[in-house]
Amino acid sequence: MAINLQNVKFSYSEAPDKTVLNIRHWSVSPGEKVFVYGPSGGGKSTLLNLLSGMFRAHHGEVSILGERLDQMSNHQRDQFRANHIGYVFQQFNLIPYLDAIDNIQLAAHFSARKQQMLGDEIRELLSILDISSADWHKPTARLSIGQQQRVAIARALINKPELLIADEPSSSLDQQNRDNFMSLLMPLVDNYKITLLFVSHDMSLSQHFGRIEALSDINTSGETH
Amino acid sequence: MFIKLAYKSLLNRKGSVLLTVLALTVSIFVLLAVEHIRYQARESFGNTVSGVDLIVGARTGSLNLLLYSVFRIGSPTNNISWDSYQAIASGKNIAWAVPIALGDSYQSYRVMGTTEDYFKHFSYGNKRQLQFASGEPFDGVFDVVLGFDVAKQLEHALGDKVILAHGIASTSFSLHDDRPFKVVGVLAPTGTPVDQTVHVSLQGIEAIHIGWRQGVKIPGSASSVEQLAQTELQPKSITAFMLGLKSRIATFRVQREINNYGREPLLSILPGVALSELWQMMAMFENTLRLISVFILFSALLGLSAMLLASIREREREVQLLRVLGAPPHFLFLLIELEALLISVVSTLLGISMLYLSLAIVGDVLVSNFGLHISTNILSQNNVLVLLWVACSTVIAAAIPSIGAYKSAQVTQIE
Repeated sequence: MAINLQNVKFSYSEAPDKTVLNIRHWSVSPGEKVFVYGPSGGGKSTLLNLLSGMFRAHHGEVSILGERLDQMSNHQRDQFRANHIGYVFQQFNLIPYLDAIDNIQLAAHFSARKQQMLGDEIRELLSILDISSADWHKPTARLSIGQQQRVAIARALINKPELLIADEPSSSLDQQNRDNFMSLLMPLVDNYKITLLFVSHDMSLSQHFGRIEALSDINTSGETH
Repeated sequence: MFIKLAYKSLLNRKGSVLLTVLALTVSIFVLLAVEHIRYQARESFGNTVSGVDLIVGARTGSLNLLLYSVFRIGSPTNNISWDSYQAIASGKNIAWAVPIALGDSYQSYRVMGTTEDYFKHFSYGNKRQLQFASGEPFDGVFDVVLGFDVAKQLEHALGDKVILAHGIASTSFSLHDDRPFKVVGVLAPTGTPVDQTVHVSLQGIEAIHIGWRQGVKIPGSASSVEQLAQTELQPKSITAFMLGLKSRIATFRVQREINNYGREPLLSILPGVALSELWQMMAMFENTLRLISVFILFSALLGLSAMLLASIREREREVQLLRVLGAPPHFLFLLIELEALLISVVSTLLGISMLYLSLAIVGDVLVSNFGLHISTNILSQNNVLVLLWVACSTVIAAAIPSIGAYKSAQVTQIE
């Protein structure tokens, strides 16, 4: 399983009695593309923090790619995230004062991947993602939002992650850029055989996905109370 | 990549970083300047006289005697009689004696009357003897040997005529213009007050004062050179004299004998001991300067720390992104430390350049006004240690924002 959650319960240390996340069982197969939707405040951030290893689950099992994140040390989880998980945010995916190439190199810096051929791979990815070479050496703050989100895909994919988490990645884009973004992202995910977890409230995007789930079906913390 | 990230992030905050760099540059400049000048002054003063076992003058403070006899600073309180000099110089422990007579000047450079023995026995630095850049020691009554700086600044060459002035004020109206001297020698540079001294024979000093009473020229009393040659030019008094002993073991005995000399109140000093007294006096002043420069550095480093701490608040999103990319919290700690060190290194380079330029500009002023030779070789072992110390202090001061970044990295989360 790419993702496998068993009896995961999570509450913040400030409010230990309030369970914000309660997942009895939820799993995603390798290569699956899952669209998750739900209102804000439904435990979305908590779930993503747990899946990416930013938080450690104190109750239950969190397995990603067969590895138990809940049993790893902080440092091991940081390392695992760098090597195996790609992440695209709604915004602020890039260090604004570094150029596109440096941003992608920075992501490679933290992973265990081999640094040779890195330059070639970066240029190839940027070309596939339709970033013209004139924009490769500009600080990313000077690129358009659409360009920034596409560079973010390259940044997230450079370490060849098995799992890509996209957290409202197209919500700050206009219709045309959104279509463009999706039409570049989906073939890449297919080619690289990446498991994709796509979180959004924009139901029109769900047409690209084989599996669609409501967050409220995954997280039952609301019902148990 | 790590250094590039730190460097570009600093460039991205040019304004506040530039101001911090300037503050740190000024403080490093002050710190280095104080250390360098302090060190060089000691070196320069300590090198001024060597091989002289005792200096004898009229009874005064030992520092005063040292200052006017060796450094040509201040004025002698009184003269000593030629008879006393003769009596002491002929003592059985005395290897050599060199009399000196001060009180006149030439274009604000001090004139010193002495004997040819001075060029033989006086040494400076590590027992280095005086060398002639050109010419030779004075022979005639109206011959003069110039220190290196005097000849250079006033553009004098062998054979030039110079007119001495009475007294040591820079603009003296009473000139010994009836008795011009001829330049017969120029000394090689020594880096000591010798370079700023005009050397004549004791007889020369006597000769130009014939016909003078109480520092005033009596009109019509000038005598011709021929007449002078016949006159007895034996000086009646001198300002001080230097002694070399046959055995250094006798130093304290001879010193005691001179200090207890019955016919005239005399004072004899060991130059090394008097110099260390001078340092003791200076130490308070030096330490105050050092303390102030350390405080200036301290406040500049606090400014650096505050700037970096403020930057972390603005960079919360950056911290979050780096964490999601897999950066461990200590990466953020090191990143802020590196940024601080980069600022410190740039400031150090600027501070060194600033000091170098300043020394190149004011070096001549220091030499001509204070006889202080400050080398422009700033990176002495001492100063390299100071710079290492600055780097360490930077790391310590930057620990505050770095720990802040570390903590911020620990608690950051995907929102």
